[in-house]
Amino acid sequence: MIDQSSFIRQQGQTLCLCGDWSTAQLGALEDFVRQSSALKPEIADLQRLDSNGALVLYRWLGASALDLSGLTASQVQLLQLVVETAQGEPPQPTPPLGFLAAIGKHSLVNLVHGQQLLTFLGRISLLLLSLCASPRQLKLRLCLDVVQKDGVQAVPIISLLAFLLGAVIAFQAGLQLATYGANVFIVELVSLTMLRELSPLICAIIVAGRSGSAYAAQLATMQMNQEIQALRSLGQDPYVWLILPKLLGLLCVLPLLTVLSMLTGLGGGMLVASVQLELSPYEFLQRLGQEVDVIHVWVGLIKAPVFAFIIVMVGCMQGLLAKGGAEEVGRRTTRSVVQAIFLVIILDALFSILFSHLGW
Amino acid sequence: MAATIIQLQGIATRFGSHQVHEQLCLEVKAGERLALVGGSGCGKSVLLSEIALLREPDAGEIQLFGQAVSQLDTQGLKQVRKKIGMMFQQGALFSSLTVLENIMLPLAEHQRLSKGLLEELAMLKLRMTGLPDHAAWKYPQELSGGMLKRAAVARALALDPALLLLDEPTAGLDPAGASAFDELLLTLHATLDLTLILVTHDLDSLWRVTDQVAYLGEKRVLAKLPMGALAQHEHAEIAHYFANTRAQRAAIKLEA
Repeated sequence: MIDQSSFIRQQGQTLCLCGDWSTAQLGALEDFVRQSSALKPEIADLQRLDSNGALVLYRWLGASALDLSGLTASQVQLLQLVVETAQGEPPQPTPPLGFLAAIGKHSLVNLVHGQQLLTFLGRISLLLLSLCASPRQLKLRLCLDVVQKDGVQAVPIISLLAFLLGAVIAFQAGLQLATYGANVFIVELVSLTMLRELSPLICAIIVAGRSGSAYAAQLATMQMNQEIQALRSLGQDPYVWLILPKLLGLLCVLPLLTVLSMLTGLGGGMLVASVQLELSPYEFLQRLGQEVDVIHVWVGLIKAPVFAFIIVMVGCMQGLLAKGGAEEVGRRTTRSVVQAIFLVIILDALFSILFSHLGW
Repeated sequence: MAATIIQLQGIATRFGSHQVHEQLCLEVKAGERLALVGGSGCGKSVLLSEIALLREPDAGEIQLFGQAVSQLDTQGLKQVRKKIGMMFQQGALFSSLTVLENIMLPLAEHQRLSKGLLEELAMLKLRMTGLPDHAAWKYPQELSGGMLKRAAVARALALDPALLLLDEPTAGLDPAGASAFDELLLTLHATLDLTLILVTHDLDSLWRVTDQVAYLGEKRVLAKLPMGALAQHEHAEIAHYFANTRAQRAAIKLEA
């Protein structure tokens, strides 16, 4: 039972409203009003009444049933304002779309996105062409900034993760190989998996998480601050300022990071091989030179620029598509990472099929 | 005599080595319509956020509703905050919620209420601030600047605060919209038993809305007077602030 003494009082047969009918009591007031039957209460000594309390009172009694004599002039004024304002039903939210309409809407949205993607690709290609004609429009400083932030600063994390990855593969494979006494094959195992598949993949995934998300968040925020329109109004092409430097910078940097991760990955494998399988680094390197063809390095490296292109494209597209508020920035950022990693892995699979057909 | 609801004593605010307020004192009575004015960077908005308990001054004491803020515990602070409504300069409405949900949020967190009552209370606030009904289910980013400011006031009023703080309420509004907003503030003040404190550069609102104006300069409140008296003030900085043609034009227009 709620304490009602602070706003209601029973005097003989009549119910008296008194004390505090304000926001502080709102919950108790509503509970009381819901339970009480239709009465004609009197108002006596109502000390506090604010607009929220007045609305509860109006909902309970309606405009006519209330005896206003006990109220002060300003309380009457407030109550009248509330009664006037509260007339009419609150509007209903627009109902959600039906099943068919939702399908239609989604298809349209996706069509528009497809078109935007094509436009985006087209603009980038045209820009690259015009860049060949007049290289001076390239913002070299911004490119170098990307190299610094997304390349150089990613070196520690990428080297460490690739090293651990190489070590883990060598360790797991080494356990199996040792049972057959085929210890030396650890060299081929580690080098082929690292060079062909895992190095480009781990680099692309880390860069998508580190940089692709940053691109999406940056562009989405700029879009909301109208900074992109501002660039356009100054006669500048936002693509030249914001997208081209990222694309060119990452195209340079991701292959280099891939080479780095190949080296540290092999280092990790080499360490485990020497500790666990008693294969000295000298023997490891010798066998690497004899048995592993350099084509495997190229197979890995050729993927890196493609992955870079995808990461930049997805990040920037998602950023430019953002509209609305803070939530949208988060959504676009998440989506850019998920889509980029998804596309990278799909493409990696396609590359595998292609290379196996080519016999590389 | 109305009760004192805000008392600031010896307030000091520093940003690193930059001193914004020093030994600042200010007293506000219930029912006042006070404007804080002063040159850019004199710490008006900072002072406002200190009154709103969003920022702690580096020294000095703030008394709100007769209670020293520094003595209050978390629960006490929460109670005091509920008596203060703040409208931010850009509205600061939550962009993932509709306007109605924005207004309902403080109410729903305040006490357990039925959904019907919540919606009616929020609609009441929405209509009181002069917004059309169809604005209720729109998202803040779909509203125009003027409507956004009204929606922000509606959210600030959700809990029927005793004190309404407004940061540049008419900035960015067209003259008609700005004067309609001034009227709105006066109406709300008259009906809702409010104390208003606004930071503004809009001379029309200074003349129209306020009954007291506090001029911030030299790191403290140089003068707190009704607008007519402040405009005639002899202090060099205040005289300079109001001496430009724009200020005089607004004054002439009002006299006419």
